[in-house]
Amino acid sequence: MTAAAFLAILSHWRRHPLQLATLIAGLALAAGLWSAVQAINAEARASYARAAEQLGTAGVARLIPESGTISVARYASLRRSGWQLAPVLEGVIRFERQNFDIMGVDLLQHPLAPALTKAAEAEAVSPLEALLPPGRIFAHPETAVHLAASQNVHPVTETEALPPGVALADLSLASRLLRRPDSLSYLLVLPDQAQGLKPLSDLAPGLTLVPASTAASETARLTDSFHLNLTAFGLLSFAVGLFIVQGTIALSLEQRRGMIRTLRSLGVPMRLVSGLIAAELAFLALAAGIAGLAGGYLVAAVLLPGVNATLAGLYGAPVDGSLSLRPGWVLSGLAMTLGGTFLAGAQSLFALWRMPLLAAPATHARGQNARRSHLAGAVCGVASIAGGVLILTMFQGLISGFAFLGALMLGAALLLPLLISTGLSLGARLAKRPFAEWLWADTRAQLPGMSLALMALLLALAANIGVGTMVSSFRLTFTGWLDQRLFAEVYVTTASDVQGTELARWLDAQGIKALSRRYHDTRFKGAPLRIYGFEDDTAYRSNWPLLDALPDVWDQAVSGQAVLVNEQLARRHGLAPGDRFELEPGWQLPIAGVYSDYGNPHGQAMVSMPSLLEHAPDIPNRQFGLRVASHDISGLINSIREEFDIPRKNITDQATAKARSLAVFDRTFVITAALNLLTLGVAGFALLTSLLTLWNQRLPQLAPVWAMGLTRRQLASAEILRSLILAAFTAVLALPLGLVLAWALLSVINVEAFGWKLPMYLFPLDWLRLFLLALLAAVIAAALPARRLSRIDPAELLRVFTNER
Amino acid sequence: MNARIALSALICVWATSALPQGYAGLGTVAEGFAFPQQETRLEFPLDHGPHPDFRIEWWYLTANLMGEDGADYGIQWTLFRSALAPGEAESWQSPQIWMAHAAVTSEDQHLFAERIARGGVGQAGVQSMPFEAWIDNWVMRSSDETIEKISLSADGRNFSYDLALSADGPLILHGDHGYSVKSASGQASHYYSQPHYQVSGTIELPDGPVKITGHGWLDREWSSQPLAEDQSGWDWFSLSFGNGEKLMGFVLRSETRDFTSGTWISADGTAEPLTPGSFQATPLKTSHVKGREIPTRWQVSLPAKRVSVEVQALNPQSWMGASFSYWEGPVTVTGSHSGKGYLEMTGYE
Repeated sequence: MTAAAFLAILSHWRRHPLQLATLIAGLALAAGLWSAVQAINAEARASYARAAEQLGTAGVARLIPESGTISVARYASLRRSGWQLAPVLEGVIRFERQNFDIMGVDLLQHPLAPALTKAAEAEAVSPLEALLPPGRIFAHPETAVHLAASQNVHPVTETEALPPGVALADLSLASRLLRRPDSLSYLLVLPDQAQGLKPLSDLAPGLTLVPASTAASETARLTDSFHLNLTAFGLLSFAVGLFIVQGTIALSLEQRRGMIRTLRSLGVPMRLVSGLIAAELAFLALAAGIAGLAGGYLVAAVLLPGVNATLAGLYGAPVDGSLSLRPGWVLSGLAMTLGGTFLAGAQSLFALWRMPLLAAPATHARGQNARRSHLAGAVCGVASIAGGVLILTMFQGLISGFAFLGALMLGAALLLPLLISTGLSLGARLAKRPFAEWLWADTRAQLPGMSLALMALLLALAANIGVGTMVSSFRLTFTGWLDQRLFAEVYVTTASDVQGTELARWLDAQGIKALSRRYHDTRFKGAPLRIYGFEDDTAYRSNWPLLDALPDVWDQAVSGQAVLVNEQLARRHGLAPGDRFELEPGWQLPIAGVYSDYGNPHGQAMVSMPSLLEHAPDIPNRQFGLRVASHDISGLINSIREEFDIPRKNITDQATAKARSLAVFDRTFVITAALNLLTLGVAGFALLTSLLTLWNQRLPQLAPVWAMGLTRRQLASAEILRSLILAAFTAVLALPLGLVLAWALLSVINVEAFGWKLPMYLFPLDWLRLFLLALLAAVIAAALPARRLSRIDPAELLRVFTNER
Repeated sequence: MNARIALSALICVWATSALPQGYAGLGTVAEGFAFPQQETRLEFPLDHGPHPDFRIEWWYLTANLMGEDGADYGIQWTLFRSALAPGEAESWQSPQIWMAHAAVTSEDQHLFAERIARGGVGQAGVQSMPFEAWIDNWVMRSSDETIEKISLSADGRNFSYDLALSADGPLILHGDHGYSVKSASGQASHYYSQPHYQVSGTIELPDGPVKITGHGWLDREWSSQPLAEDQSGWDWFSLSFGNGEKLMGFVLRSETRDFTSGTWISADGTAEPLTPGSFQATPLKTSHVKGREIPTRWQVSLPAKRVSVEVQALNPQSWMGASFSYWEGPVTVTGSHSGKGYLEMTGYE
């Protein structure tokens, strides 16, 4: 009996293949976008973990300075108190035009020593040669190629033991290159310590012990916000996908009411029927989930290079490797699909369960309950928005920002039916002719069946407006900021400090002002801090993008009496002009100004060059910004190249530098744009399925109108018109929601994720484009039902009168 | 572990010439380094300190101890200096590498540890005024520029010791005023000792602390190529007899002809260099130690002083499985003379 009943239930799909396709497509879309995002996140995280492991830092605790750096003497004294520590000095070194992250380690102490020894021996090189001048660099083969191409002083040993992007050298070489003979970035606490040692907290109160579990994940922590962003997008797509599924499941059950009634009359218990339907849903969910995973894998594979570029561009986090199937996202994808299917089917299943044995498959008493349910939805919506606002005002942090966004979107979606219905009532009042009145009223009557699809459209449109506004505002701000920041006409990087000094002297003789760009890397409250030295120039006074400053900011800074900090640093630590700031232990200055510094996740400070050199005398001097009249630029570049042995690529004019920065910026948001478009596509699809779902119920309502004399073609146009009206209302309502979303992204999420707040700009042309896109989606979605309607056999319409229920 | 790799690497550096280079590459040619000169006269306290122009140097202390439980113990504390290039430089640029071994040996336990450090940064080093030799928290320290009274400490994962040493005899200069010849072809080192330490203190073992007293022997040696190319290792004895006389003797093993030498120290502390070949040591019995056969019982004779003794390892398994491995442990002496001492055997690969 069970088998027969199951076959009867399944037979529905044979008669409604399009419905089956919709259901599977909806589920697959939801599962696909979700798992694509998860796959990308999993890949990136695995890559960070691999990098940490390859640097030998996984499973090893670290001692990090609260502020400043660790002196070598401090290291020696900790060693002399018995602790087995391995010193590490990190910094950036520029060879030719390329920057390399250099990691200096004591080759005799570092956990990686065995692997490096092996690598050196494989090249028939003595590993100890690396301790003597000129020193040897170890790098991943990919990075080794760049290193070998950019310099030929230090031989490079290739090793897969290191992650790409890192140049590892013994401290003898690293401290020489970075000109930091006396400072260290952090210390690794090696395993196997002797017992009974004095605790590190007593010996080194200024150093923070970061346990092994978190020490490896500095990159992971830095990029968390980005991954949270992607996850939010994935969830949005998933939710939109579920709207499709919900409609389809409801329809399939409604259409099977008759059959179910028959089955029950034949003695099949309700429990079995429900169980069979649940089994059917589970089976469909699994099938669709697997299809979705396959699709998600493809999407992720296409998007991954863009994501990697973003991560590298925004955070300097190198992500390598291609996509691989990981049980984490595969299983979570399937589980989400199953859970989502039952969530979407819950209401229908419950209704089925409660259906009286012989209840007729009555048509819905549409319109009568609608007003009440719209009101209830609106109340929930307002409550949800209020809750979101409350969360935002009460809690700090990225999660609360996203919770606010989630509550806002959900609340707006719940408010949508009431708003549209109110709008439609107003429209009906304006209608003069009967056809128009019918159209308005009929549209309103369709609302309950379409409201979920419209909510999906609302969310997709709002997300598009919000994210689009955020990206465009960011780009505009960024472009303006680049103009301010890159004020020198020519940028030159010399091969050595000696050449740098010669260049500066030569330029001086030519009467050209050269502003050197020198910095010192240290730490503030455990996080990296880069201190730049600047030379007094009117360009700083007129151009530098200050957000907040004391009146005589530049005079104070130039005299060495004050420091400027970037926005990230100020926000992270609640600093404002007038506050005192400790750059390094024993070096305190008042803050004179805060400047914007986009595209950099780390804290930064600026002091006058003399006062920087006083505290860090040996920093490299290889980068220069030259101030020249614009017509002299190419001549100057040529004469520098004639005079000095500097490759062309190490001399950049302002325009090229800007173009390069903008290219990085644009690449950063490729993934966002792609996900945006995909979400909109899913929403359009939801609209189509809801229209198809309504199709069968439409006939009894359309047949009388047809009988009154409207042609099928007119009915079909009315169908399209109705879809357009609903989409237009939704799009109009999506605009304010999208703008609130944009505001939240710019002023809440960005501040939490990156540490900078961006001004919001409005782009009405983009809205118009999106509005038209929504209408287009509505037309496409209505086209199929309209086409069917225009070709329907009149007999079928007639049958409504003969045989209705 | 890392240190082992590092030191294997060190040895690799030395092992670059093609011919057999002897133990730990000590037989290779050393370019740019200073060489021991026969006319050099040692000066103290200066020569207690390091000689960075020489390639290799050590501060080597061993002690035979008796616990209050009546059991025999031995301890070792060794600081090696090994230069990748002659001379010293600031901070990480220093070409000096320091390595240390510490061990505690009893009849049934041999516990040891190794430390390794870069020169130039203060993690390890030796200074002569006041005298202090250190690596990490292992320290040999005097309160003045002599090495008459020193304190000594070291620890490993499962042992530690903290000892006070006080010399009751003079420094001993080996060979010709401290110029000690190591092969027939003239390889040599500068070599002096303080073999007259009275020792007291505590050693911590896995079972708990043991108070000990006994006698210690410090060796100081530096060179740049102490072994001839064909010498593969050495057997070195420092024996203290019950009557106050002491004998330091070594056999440098070679494919062609072993080279032996040593110093006789009379009870009043007078040193008498032995003519090459007069000191004889013959293995009587070997033990299986970490996969190799090691002589742990010897017949030692010095006919000129009527010495004919058997030297027996307290613990035959006194293997120092460190970056470069060797056998080092306390011995007991019976026969014409009785006493205790230390035995070091290298090159048994």
